[in-house]
Amino acid sequence: MRTSASLSISRSSERAQGSTEKPRLHDPRQDTIAAEVKGLSKVYNAGSSRAYEALKNFHLSIHANEFFTLLGPSGCGKTTLLRILGGFETLSAGTCTIFGQDVSRLPPEARPVNTVFQQYALFPHMTVRRNIAFGLEMLGTSRVETERTVERMLELVHMTEYADRKPDTMSGGQRQRVALARALAPRPKLLLLDEPLSALDLKLRQKMRLELKALQRETGITFIFVTHDQEEALAMSDRIAVIDQGRLQQVGTPEEIYEHPKSRFVADFIGESNLLDARVSGLSGTEANLTIEGFADIRAPIEWPLEVGQAVSLSIRPERLIIREAGEETCSGMARVVARTYLGNAVEYHLVAGNQSLTARAPRGGLRGLLDFAPGDEVGVGFEPGAIKVLLS
Amino acid sequence: MSARQFSLSSRVSPRLADLGLLGPAIAVILVFMVAPMAIMFVYSFLQAAPYGGVEWVFTTEAYSSILFERDFLDNSLTFTPDYLIVLARSVFQAGIATVLCLVISVPTAYYIATRPERQKNIWLVLITIPYWVNLLIRTIALLFVLRGDGPINAVLMNLGIVSEPLPLSYNGFAVCLGLIYSFLPFMVLPLYSAFERFDFRLLEAAYDLYASRRIAFFRIVLPVMRPGLIAGSLLVFIPSIGSYLAPDILGGGKTLMIGNLIGTQFQSARNWPFGAALSMILLTLTLLVLLWLARRAGHQKSDCR
Repeated sequence: MRTSASLSISRSSERAQGSTEKPRLHDPRQDTIAAEVKGLSKVYNAGSSRAYEALKNFHLSIHANEFFTLLGPSGCGKTTLLRILGGFETLSAGTCTIFGQDVSRLPPEARPVNTVFQQYALFPHMTVRRNIAFGLEMLGTSRVETERTVERMLELVHMTEYADRKPDTMSGGQRQRVALARALAPRPKLLLLDEPLSALDLKLRQKMRLELKALQRETGITFIFVTHDQEEALAMSDRIAVIDQGRLQQVGTPEEIYEHPKSRFVADFIGESNLLDARVSGLSGTEANLTIEGFADIRAPIEWPLEVGQAVSLSIRPERLIIREAGEETCSGMARVVARTYLGNAVEYHLVAGNQSLTARAPRGGLRGLLDFAPGDEVGVGFEPGAIKVLLS
Repeated sequence: MSARQFSLSSRVSPRLADLGLLGPAIAVILVFMVAPMAIMFVYSFLQAAPYGGVEWVFTTEAYSSILFERDFLDNSLTFTPDYLIVLARSVFQAGIATVLCLVISVPTAYYIATRPERQKNIWLVLITIPYWVNLLIRTIALLFVLRGDGPINAVLMNLGIVSEPLPLSYNGFAVCLGLIYSFLPFMVLPLYSAFERFDFRLLEAAYDLYASRRIAFFRIVLPVMRPGLIAGSLLVFIPSIGSYLAPDILGGGKTLMIGNLIGTQFQSARNWPFGAALSMILLTLTLLVLLWLARRAGHQKSDCR
């Protein structure tokens, strides 16, 4: 079991000399599959009355060299998936492959994968240097090579001056860097990160986002990152998988996920969305005609098969909802302001139109920022062209 | 903080309040520990009175007689290893008991610490149940189990495994068994609390970094648990080395340990200064071990800072 891990590591260290020294521009290995799960299910307490299915028939492919994020609310199964990839949980059904090798039944120590744990799990009785060297020592790397790699890792995460300190003398951000260096030192083919930023305060979190992303580019290692923070996911990821209740909801680039949510869940979980009930009243070529109660009919591009008469949900982002003085012709409906929230760089209006409640966000300073409304005001509501998305469910 | 505010300090000066809280305990330690030890120390430098007690003449005779025998006739001193052997045997027996307690307790404590919360309490109560019975009674009961006509030998002989009763009692083996039985919980409980505090995610991290189960145990579990291991070992070793009951009853007086030797000096031998001197030696030995371990544990602590 050890041999398979050390083999793969030695293979990946060859790559260390070449491609990783400079930031990648075009990656020829884009099409290589780094990790793949097929028909994956995970049932806890199987057979008992407390049986609980954490993952349901899960299919997912992650490309080599990708910064891939598993995003979802707590308890959605994202951490379970990560732990299955790391070998800390067994899978109930399906397969799990890493760079073509079936690892479904392999223990963690036999997988070419390293993990940055949520609370870092640094060895408290070892110095930073010893912590980082641990994985290399276990692989039987020579002393000279180990020392050289540790020094390089310390530099990479800017921790050289803390090399001989113990973990409990350091701040959260420093520990997090050490955990990263420790997991990267054996040059895994896959780096798993389990909400590594959640223990840090906001400023540090934002700084570490950039550092993590840069680190992934520098090392060329595939990162699989688990978070419940959609902002974090949008900022760092090449692609995102949105997970809810053990099911994969949608996979795509941050833009795709944000601009073209497929389901109510994704539209609501990623950023904020106004969700409207509508009915398909007509289909013409590439566009659908939609009827919303209390508003003029609107048109939206057809992204999946629709039928006339079908009830659908629509999503529109608060910043793409336009509010005007009541009575302007370009408006498609009327609403009443129930609350106004000052956000610094924007003002948020909570509106009621018939039985629907809406949120509109107007940036300060822009043209529309010249207008301001107070609770009780009647306003006209319009939708930016192309801003309305028809959801699949 | 809140305890501070709640204390008497609003009316009484803080120092006086501290004295009021700690005073009784300090008084007990002064009267029942410091004072008797001081008396022992003084007695160890006095002369033995013929029928017990001491005569107020300063002498180091008690200490020198640990190593040297004084000849009746010509008053010359010759080296005798007898008491050193007793001391060495005590260290050896206590050491073996400590090591075996460790070996037994590590898996036990691990098992208990990894149970669900409610089960843990049941196991902990089970561990302490024997302690609801007096030590003397338990030791004698153990003797009945081990004796030549006891149940163990009866079973072995009926099964035809042995033809003669095994010599299980009145020897070093029985003493060691008695010590283990007496002090096992003192090892299990600190180890349990160490396991309880142990962050098992460290093990996952070790496996993740390609460590085998065995290496993870020796390089992660043991070092992190060292304070608990040291505490448990001390709690077994110190009472074991001076133990009186187990060697007396289970050893049948044949395997004398230093506790019995000291006891005899105050009872039948009526040589109080010698008993006091032996006590001082035992105390010094114990303190040296404590000091050594405390320094080692302290080193580790300061490394952590």
